[in-house]
Amino acid sequence: ALKGGSRFQVSAALTEGRVAPTELCQRCLSLIKSTKFLNAYITVAEETALKQAEESEKRYRRGQPLGVLDGIPIAVKDNFNTAGIETTCASNMLKGYISPYNATVVQRLLDQGAVLLGKTNLDEFAMGSGSTDGVFGPVRNPWSYSRQYKEKSVPKSHSEDEESNWVITGGSSGGSAAAVSSFTCFAALGSDTGGSTRNPAAHCGVVGLKPTYGLISRHGLIPLVNSMDVPGILTRCVDDAAVVLGSLAGHDPKDSTTIQDNFKPFEVPNLTDVSKLSIGIPKEYHAPGLSSEILALWSKAADLFKNAGAKVIEVSLPHTRYSIVCYHVLCTAEVASNMARFDGLEYGHRSDMNKSTESMYAATRREGFNDVVRGRILSGNYFLLKQNYENYFIKAQKVRRLIANDFVKVFGSGVDILLTPTTLSDAVPYMEFIKEDNRTRSAQDDILTQAVNMAGLPAINVPTGLSERGLPLGLQFIGQSFQEKQLLTVAKWFEKQVKFPMIQLEVKRHDHSAFQHQKSASFS
Amino acid sequence: LAPWVPVVGLEIHAQISSNSKLFSGSQVQFAAPPNSLVSFFDASLPGTLPVLNRRCVEAAVMTGLALKCSINKKSLFDRKHYFYADLPAGYQITQQRVPIAVNGSLSYSLCIDNKMSQMVTKTVRIKQIQLEQDSGKSLHDDARSQTLVDLNRAGVGLMEVVMEPDMCCGEEAAAAVRELQLILQTLGSSQAVMAEGQLRVDANVSVHRPGEHYGVRTEVKNINSVRFLAKAVDYEIQRQIEELESGGTILNETRAFDSKLGCTVPMRDKEGKQDYRFMPEPNLPPLILYDAKSLPANTNHQQVVNIDWIHERLPDLPSVKRAKLVERYGILPEHSFTLLNEDGLAEFFENVVKQTQMKPKKVIGWILNDLLSYLKQHSLTVKESPVSSFLLADLLNLLEKKEISSTAAKQVLVELWKGEGKTPLEIVKEKKLELIQDQKELEQICQAVIDGQENEVIMMVLG
Repeated sequence: ALKGGSRFQVSAALTEGRVAPTELCQRCLSLIKSTKFLNAYITVAEETALKQAEESEKRYRRGQPLGVLDGIPIAVKDNFNTAGIETTCASNMLKGYISPYNATVVQRLLDQGAVLLGKTNLDEFAMGSGSTDGVFGPVRNPWSYSRQYKEKSVPKSHSEDEESNWVITGGSSGGSAAAVSSFTCFAALGSDTGGSTRNPAAHCGVVGLKPTYGLISRHGLIPLVNSMDVPGILTRCVDDAAVVLGSLAGHDPKDSTTIQDNFKPFEVPNLTDVSKLSIGIPKEYHAPGLSSEILALWSKAADLFKNAGAKVIEVSLPHTRYSIVCYHVLCTAEVASNMARFDGLEYGHRSDMNKSTESMYAATRREGFNDVVRGRILSGNYFLLKQNYENYFIKAQKVRRLIANDFVKVFGSGVDILLTPTTLSDAVPYMEFIKEDNRTRSAQDDILTQAVNMAGLPAINVPTGLSERGLPLGLQFIGQSFQEKQLLTVAKWFEKQVKFPMIQLEVKRHDHSAFQHQKSASFS
Repeated sequence: LAPWVPVVGLEIHAQISSNSKLFSGSQVQFAAPPNSLVSFFDASLPGTLPVLNRRCVEAAVMTGLALKCSINKKSLFDRKHYFYADLPAGYQITQQRVPIAVNGSLSYSLCIDNKMSQMVTKTVRIKQIQLEQDSGKSLHDDARSQTLVDLNRAGVGLMEVVMEPDMCCGEEAAAAVRELQLILQTLGSSQAVMAEGQLRVDANVSVHRPGEHYGVRTEVKNINSVRFLAKAVDYEIQRQIEELESGGTILNETRAFDSKLGCTVPMRDKEGKQDYRFMPEPNLPPLILYDAKSLPANTNHQQVVNIDWIHERLPDLPSVKRAKLVERYGILPEHSFTLLNEDGLAEFFENVVKQTQMKPKKVIGWILNDLLSYLKQHSLTVKESPVSSFLLADLLNLLEKKEISSTAAKQVLVELWKGEGKTPLEIVKEKKLELIQDQKELEQICQAVIDGQENEVIMMVLG
């Protein structure tokens, strides 16, 4: 449990008894119902959430909350195992699959008294950049229903209404981002393999933190790419992200890829003097297709640091342009391997086909997986064939090392933090997004976030401003390995400078006054 | 026409003797109720991760050192992919790129022409030892067209020991495996009982004409005992020779040994060549082992495996034990082999020697000829022997003190086998088997015999 710390808004309200955990929980559940059209949640665990809230309440009454997170409603992406609660990965393969255990990160949150509201929607098995390709349907960006967006949107024809104009959340942790953005929870877990936490964070106007690989346990996170996956944290402000990070980070004996060193939870310092800071602007992140809006925002941000006295220099990460292709090889290879366990035998969907074991396997996998998953399995198996392994997998691993070394060199030359865009543009309308296939979209959208996963570095999306269409734009800070404190410090300073506007969500709700507390952006 | 040169290599899988499995905490136990020893990881539940078992690493290091291998201070884990009902994850975690131990050797002995008196020592190179997961078991119920899967064994640690094709026949293969069994049992790294599936042997067999390239090899599986190994290998060599001599070719295939028919048959399952699509196991960092020199200061003892520490604590290997027996007791080398070949026999022998004045060189005859043959006849182990070392020593003492003849001793032994709790002395008295030491008494007996046979004596004297 975190001791003391700065006064946190909702936590303070809970501690001071101004609001009770059960009340908070009820309000969130009610709001989830009112915002059902967003399709952010796959499973709402109403009963268990209320029980957890009751337990929390008892603790507060005794004056013994477990910490800052006690009683705080949270949501978890549906690729994390949650004991007794369905975990589907938005796939037919795991529909109805009730996890028998909690992922370590889930357990740690529950141990801190957090209230688990439910499981959020995603692209099937986290493969995608729109949160549009899961079996439960696409997630809608809450900003589609914001006054800011509606004011700016020009209906193209009479027949077109806001129903068809809604924009995507980005992905693959779109459900989690939408849940946080629409105030139905105070923090959510996502996962990040190629940008899957940062991308939807940018599109939904929330903070999305990708921690250093090896800092947070992956035990219980259903893997996409074991060597790149990390649990991601989505919150409404940087301070909240630090609180969640503090409760999650640290060695887990169940995950052999976590570092042994002890992690010291920290409060994000309030930086006042940035003159000792060196910000790097990687020129390769001026990627083809980068919208002029984002370019301008990026430039403005760089100026902000410069004017405040920081050293802002252009740097080069020359192998950036190979990261997508490299990722494609390594990701699909791992996918082919990780998905091999889904055969219908021990758990999950099993086809009725029973002529032979092999035909049962084939039918199960054809029925259980969508095209995206099957496509990646086929590609991955191709790259892993004996005759191809050297030319594809080994080559990609070598390129991966070059990409990682780019960062090492730049950070080694005295740069503290890198500043880049997170996405190429603001969120596109769903109807436009689906015109291109998943693979094309992923390749386009991952370009600014993917290399970070290659190198295992920490990175964070900070909501920066609104686009001309009234939608969120975010910028990304990339830090050095295990230097989350420095990364969050800079991110928090920046957050204070840009004062990103609160979403003015227009949602039919039964109890107007109940919305009051949700309006507080943060719990911390 | 020059004779064929048979070439035999072996791939041996030894189950590691440990409390829990290689990458998960579930128990290792033979013959438990089906699916009662299966952790989430063993069942390949999504989101579970492997955690390396320290004891299994130590077992592999011990075995590597005993087989004179170089222990790789850095070894890696890989995934080997194939679909099968008893492989829940769709891949096996093994060590394909860099195994834990390489380049060792194993010495074993054979009797020439089945004569125990002529033993020859041979060596087989050990290519490598790798750590890997065992699979579960699948039972095909053809009557109900279903396959039953038991995952108790899935994930148990295995050491795969690869022996280079330095052997030439079934006898050599059998002797090499027998020696490996003894080594593993001495180390305790595996109980190596073939009948319980703790030691599985696959033989790679080919033949070629001298001076030419090695021939196409077949892999022979489903061998359940050391005896069957010799038979399977010899059969396969013969089959290949006959095939080639009649103008046929050998297919690079996998064959199963049918112990009832005493032959090898092609295995239907393995059709076409499998591409295992090896990939590094991303959830396990490289396995780093230390020795006294490389051990960093202030390391947590629990977190590291120290090769030198293990080396210092290796027990005497069979070859050393045999040499010591020969030296200490003056027995023949072939005797020492038999002593070590039988579980508990060497200990029995030494206990008898301790308790008797009879020279070990004489005791050994009683152990190997009388005791052992009796045990074999009745399919008993040394532990189950109704005659304890104490009793046998007691008996041998009577013989040594010349209180009984050796013929009488054998009669007593026959009685002792009955296990009725009588001491040798009691049996001797009961059956009046005492040797008569008194000269006068002997003369009297002889005289009585002569007196009783007067005619025969006269005839003899007259010639």
